[in-house]
Amino acid sequence: MDTLIRCEELWKIYRLGDVQVQALRGLSLSIARGEFVSLMGASGSGKSTFMNLLGCLDVPTKGLYRLDGRDVASASPDELADIRNRHIGFVFQSFNLMPRTSALENVQLPLFYRGLSLRDQRARAAAALERVGLSGREQHFPSQLSGGQQQRVAIARALVADPSILLADEPTGNLDTESSQEIMTILTDLNRQDHLTILVVTHDPDIAAVTSRELFLKDGQLIADKVQVPLSQPIS
Amino acid sequence: MTMVTAFRVLGRNRLRAGLTMLGIIIGVGAVIAMVGIGQGAKEAVRAQVATMGTNLIIVWPGSTTVGGVRNAAGGAVTLTVADAQELKKKIPLLVDTGWAKRDVTQIINGNKNWNGPVNGISPSYLTIRDWSFTGGGPITQADLEAGARVAIIGETIVENLYDPGEEPVGSTIRIKNVPFRVVGVLSAKGQSAQGTDQDDVIFIPFTTAERKLVGTSFLGSVGAIFASTSRLDDLPEAVEAIREVLRLRHRLQADQADDFTIRTQVDIGKVQEGASETLTVMMFAIASISLLVGGIGIMNILLVSVTERTREIGVRMAVGAKRRHILMQFLIEAMTLGLVGGILGIIVGVVGARVMTFVVGWPTIISPSSIVVASVFSLAVGLFFGLYPANKASRLNPIDALRYE
Repeated sequence: MDTLIRCEELWKIYRLGDVQVQALRGLSLSIARGEFVSLMGASGSGKSTFMNLLGCLDVPTKGLYRLDGRDVASASPDELADIRNRHIGFVFQSFNLMPRTSALENVQLPLFYRGLSLRDQRARAAAALERVGLSGREQHFPSQLSGGQQQRVAIARALVADPSILLADEPTGNLDTESSQEIMTILTDLNRQDHLTILVVTHDPDIAAVTSRELFLKDGQLIADKVQVPLSQPIS
Repeated sequence: MTMVTAFRVLGRNRLRAGLTMLGIIIGVGAVIAMVGIGQGAKEAVRAQVATMGTNLIIVWPGSTTVGGVRNAAGGAVTLTVADAQELKKKIPLLVDTGWAKRDVTQIINGNKNWNGPVNGISPSYLTIRDWSFTGGGPITQADLEAGARVAIIGETIVENLYDPGEEPVGSTIRIKNVPFRVVGVLSAKGQSAQGTDQDDVIFIPFTTAERKLVGTSFLGSVGAIFASTSRLDDLPEAVEAIREVLRLRHRLQADQADDFTIRTQVDIGKVQEGASETLTVMMFAIASISLLVGGIGIMNILLVSVTERTREIGVRMAVGAKRRHILMQFLIEAMTLGLVGGILGIIVGVVGARVMTFVVGWPTIISPSSIVVASVFSLAVGLFFGLYPANKASRLNPIDALRYE
C-alpha cells in the first residue's frame, strides 16, 4: 500500500500560562493514498490540533510526521507554506471565501501564490469550477451564491492546486440537508473517480458512514480505527 | 493581482479610504500650492530685479559724519563724474558707467502739474538700466555737452501730465519753471523690487540738471554711479575693482572705512528672495506635519484593516501565502493609499494655486519637480507607515488567524 501520511508518536503540548495542555498524546497513524477517511471525536478531543498538524499549519512538539515521504515536523514556516500550497487542500466549515471577489478569483488564489501565469491560473481555476459543477458561475461573488455553492467554490479552490490530500473540516456543518448531500456526493466522486485522498472531520455518523475508514479521537489519542465498506449513497 | 487586490480592498470602503487619505491629500495639496506660490513670488521678484537693468552695479556716496553724528547713506557728496569716468577707464570688466543726480520737483504741462523725481543723467545711464523707448529717442552726448533743455519722461508722468491721445514727444513741459522739450517716452518697467514706481520719472541731461535745477555744492558731484558688466559672474570681481579704484581716488587709508556703498542687482534680489525662502521653509514645516498626521492615519486604518481581515489572512496563509506575500499585500495597500492620496493632493494643490492666482492675483508656478517630489514623498509616507501594520499581519499565526471571529 502506498503510504501518503505517516505519523509516529505525535505530541502537541500547549502552554497556557502555567498550565500545560497535552492536546495530542503520542498519536500514531498511517493513511494510504486514495483513502477516504473520517475523523470523529468530541470537542476537546484533539481533532482540531491533529487537523492543524496534518494540514501543515502547525508543527508537532515531538514525534514524526511524513507527508508523501517528506519530513514535515522540522520544516520552516515558508517551507510549510509551500507544502500547504502544493500538497494540502483545505475545505472549512464556514467556506472562508474572499468577499467581493469572484468565484474564479477565489479559486485562483492558491495558484497565484504558486506564481503561475494569470492565464494558467484562470484556465485551471475554470476547470476546477467545472469539476464541482459551477461552470457559468465564474464571475459570481460569494454573496450571490447559496451556501452549498459557496462550499463547492471552496472545494474547487482546494482542488485547483492538485493536492495530495484534501482536508475537510466539518464541510457540511453550515449547510442544509440537501446541500450537505451535494457536497458529500462531490467528495465521494472525487475519491472514487479521481482517487483523491480525503480526510473529513465530522460529528455526523451519517457522513462518516460514506467514508471507507473511521477514526475516533479521545483525549489526544486514537481510540478506534475502523475500516468499513462505505455506503454507496450518502444519506443524512 | 496584488495591485488589483489593493484597489479592490480600498474600493470596498471608499469613504474610509477617502478619509484615510485626507491627511495626505491636505499635506501634498499644501506643499504643491505653497511651493507654487513661493516659486511664483520668487519669479516675480526676479523679474522685478531684472527690470533694474542687466548685471547692474550701483555706487552711492557714503554717509557723512558731522561732529560724530552720522547722517543717512548718500548724504555725502563724495562721488563725482570724474570717478565714474575713471572707473570705466581703469576697469575693463565694466561695459559702461553712468551717473545720475536726482531732485523731486514740480513739473507742469499746460494746465496740469505733477510732483515727480527729476534725474540728471549721463547718456549711458539708460543703456545700463536696459531702458527702451516707446516714442522719441535718448539724450545724446551733444545734449549733455551743450546742457540742452531736453527731457525724457516715464509712463506715469505721461499719464498725469497729458490728456489721452496727446502726443508727448515734441511738446514742451516746464520743470521748476524752466521749459524743456520732451524728446522721448520710456517704456513701462512697473514696480521696483522695493515697491516704488519706476515709471514715475523724468530724465534730463546731467549738465542741465546741475546748472538749472539741482542745487549742488560743487560741480561734478553725483547722486549715484551706475555700472554694468557683460556677465553676471563678473559682478563680484567688478565690485572689488570699483572699491579699489575709488579708495585710491578718495585717498582713503587702510584703517578708514569706505566713503561709498556698492550694491549689485544680485544683493538687492537676495534680500527679497530671503523673505520668500523663510516663507517656503514655514510652508514645508506645515506640510511635513500634515504628511506625518496623514501617515499616522494610514497606519491606524491599516491596523484596523489587519484586525478585520484576520480570517482572510489566515485563509491566504492556509492556501500557501508566505510571510512576504502578506507583507507585500499590506505594503502595497499602504503605498496605494499614499500614492492615490498624493495624486489627489497634487490635483487639489494645482487647483488651489490656480484659484489663488485667479482670486488674489498672486503669481503661481507649478514646477514638474515639485509634482514628482510630492508623488515620491506620499508613496514613501505610505510605505513607512504601512510597515508596522504589514509586518503585524505577516506575523499572524495561521491557526489563530483562521479561528479568529
